[in-house]
Amino acid sequence: MADTKRMQTVAGIILVFILFLTGPFILPVYWTMILTEILIMGLLAMSFNLLFGYTGLLSFGQAGFFGVGAYATALFLSKGGNSLFVSLVAALGAGAVAALVIGFLCVRRDEIYFAMITLGFGMMLYTVAHNWLSLTGGSDGLPLLNVPALNLLGREFSLFDPNVMYLFVLTVTALCIFFLWRVVRSPFGLMLTAIRENKQRLAFVGAGVQHLRLAAFVIAGALAGMAGGLFCLFNAMATPDILHWGFSSRPVLMTVLGGSGIFFGPLFGAAIFFGLEQLITSMTENWMIFLGIILVPVVIFFPHGILGTLMDWMRTRTKRAP
Amino acid sequence: MSETPILQIENLGHSYGRYLVIRDISLAVAPGELTALIGPNGAGKTTFYNAVSGHFRPTRGRVHFNGRDITGVPAHKLVPMGLLRSFQITNIFPNLTVMENILVPLVLHHRKGFAFLPSLRRKKKLYREAEEVLDKVGILSSAYRLANELPYGDKRLVEMAIVLARNPKLVMLDEPTAGMNPEETERMIHLIKELATRFGTTFFLTEHDMKVVFSVASMIYVLHQGVLLAQGDKEAIRANTAVREAYLGGSARD
Ligand SMILES: Nc1ncnc2c1ncn2[C@@H]1O[C@H](COP(=O)(O)OP(=O)(O)OP(=O)(O)O)[C@@H](O)[C@H]1O
Ligand SMILES: [Mg+2]
Repeated sequence: MADTKRMQTVAGIILVFILFLTGPFILPVYWTMILTEILIMGLLAMSFNLLFGYTGLLSFGQAGFFGVGAYATALFLSKGGNSLFVSLVAALGAGAVAALVIGFLCVRRDEIYFAMITLGFGMMLYTVAHNWLSLTGGSDGLPLLNVPALNLLGREFSLFDPNVMYLFVLTVTALCIFFLWRVVRSPFGLMLTAIRENKQRLAFVGAGVQHLRLAAFVIAGALAGMAGGLFCLFNAMATPDILHWGFSSRPVLMTVLGGSGIFFGPLFGAAIFFGLEQLITSMTENWMIFLGIILVPVVIFFPHGILGTLMDWMRTRTKRAP
Repeated sequence: MSETPILQIENLGHSYGRYLVIRDISLAVAPGELTALIGPNGAGKTTFYNAVSGHFRPTRGRVHFNGRDITGVPAHKLVPMGLLRSFQITNIFPNLTVMENILVPLVLHHRKGFAFLPSLRRKKKLYREAEEVLDKVGILSSAYRLANELPYGDKRLVEMAIVLARNPKLVMLDEPTAGMNPEETERMIHLIKELATRFGTTFFLTEHDMKVVFSVASMIYVLHQGVLLAQGDKEAIRANTAVREAYLGGSARD
């Protein structure tokens, strides 16, 4: 029985992936670009959810690692680097290293203190990006003058083509999400949920809770960095505003909307976030008000988020069915 | 007492701020000997446990485990040496299944806490070991229920199973029957005795229920207002006038 359920889940995931694949062939370019952004921000939100939903750590600095990744890609490509692959490895590595250093200082603290320290480091990173003119171009950002073409089977595809960009981002995010999927289902993943559930009991069965947290923080930082690298390629530039703590609230909102602790919740939340933004900004400029109006009842009435609630609902339906 | 004690405490004292809660406690737990620390509410039993099990460093005294000085060593480092404990207020992973509750210590026992790529589900050996542990304490039939949904007594058994999964040498139980109904208490007593005789695990428990202590423990220490008042087997404790006055009152006469 558990196995058929598993097969259903896997089948569902493959179906959604195929739907995503068909995107650029049926959607107008504008929506393909929105979808690209959903994937990138969804990946960022999923990295946040590894900390928040699974490990029980509220990180307000996830945009910091996203930004560090974006600048790593931008710096590599603007200083003469000419490999797409290396530019993204740089983003991943920069996110991981930044998370290792910052994480070392904040995993000792809990709850609100942890959140405040990550927020503080996020602010510091923003200020560095904003004020270190010679390296980052300050508030103007760092434009990419050249984005290497994607080389596949001897043919070159330009990432300036939105459809190519979309399929490229889809591939990279799918790989990252598959990696995350493995992580949460591994013995290490069980340790993370155990931290969330009861870190005292965990320490009293022999776990070094801080080391486990640090490992989670580094993985989340690396994936956020990767998302940042993709974002940089997508916009053909890195700008300091993506390091701003206001930007960090986005993955938080997306995760809460979709469902924290639900694997695909944050990606779903990202889709809702951008979908609503498009829908509402076409009618009024104050879309944040509407976001708030939607968010409050979601938090109050659907603590598992929208995707989580849908899943609960489906589960009770299949249970009742003969 | 020719054997070296598994746990040896010398002049242990602890104060919260300026408030000295326990002082000058010296005692020993012999391997295999079911030992109990009893005392009325607020005597300092939990404080003593916390100081010994690595919850915090005692302000005074030494703790030796298997001949090794472990004073102030944090809990997660004591566990691999074989020192495990339970808590007075049930301490489990509430929103995980019972099975997962036991897999957590087993993963750590096999040093797989950082294995982030292999699938946990494929680790059939861990599942089998978990089933064995659950079977030992008698809650195997609840393996796939959420720990939180179990009746109170079963939750306490989950915590016992969590502790046993690490294959401990010494298990310190802080009031294992607290809050249990007579039936659950009976089951817990029976379990402790059985584990002690069949698997040779050494148990050290605190209690304030005299009946429980007299029925399981062969060595008893009495704590009163932070100091040890008496020690010995149950006859010695029953006969001790100081203990009677301080703690047993009239109930010990029959
Ligand atoms: N963290 C703390 N800070 C200050 N005082 C404390 C703390 N913990 C316990 N105490 C006090 O220390 C004394 C001993 O408490 P302790 O919990 O060790 O007793 P106990 O024997 O376990 O009691 P019980 O049978 O109620 O569990 C009590 O007076 C208690 O109020
Ligand atoms: Mg107590």
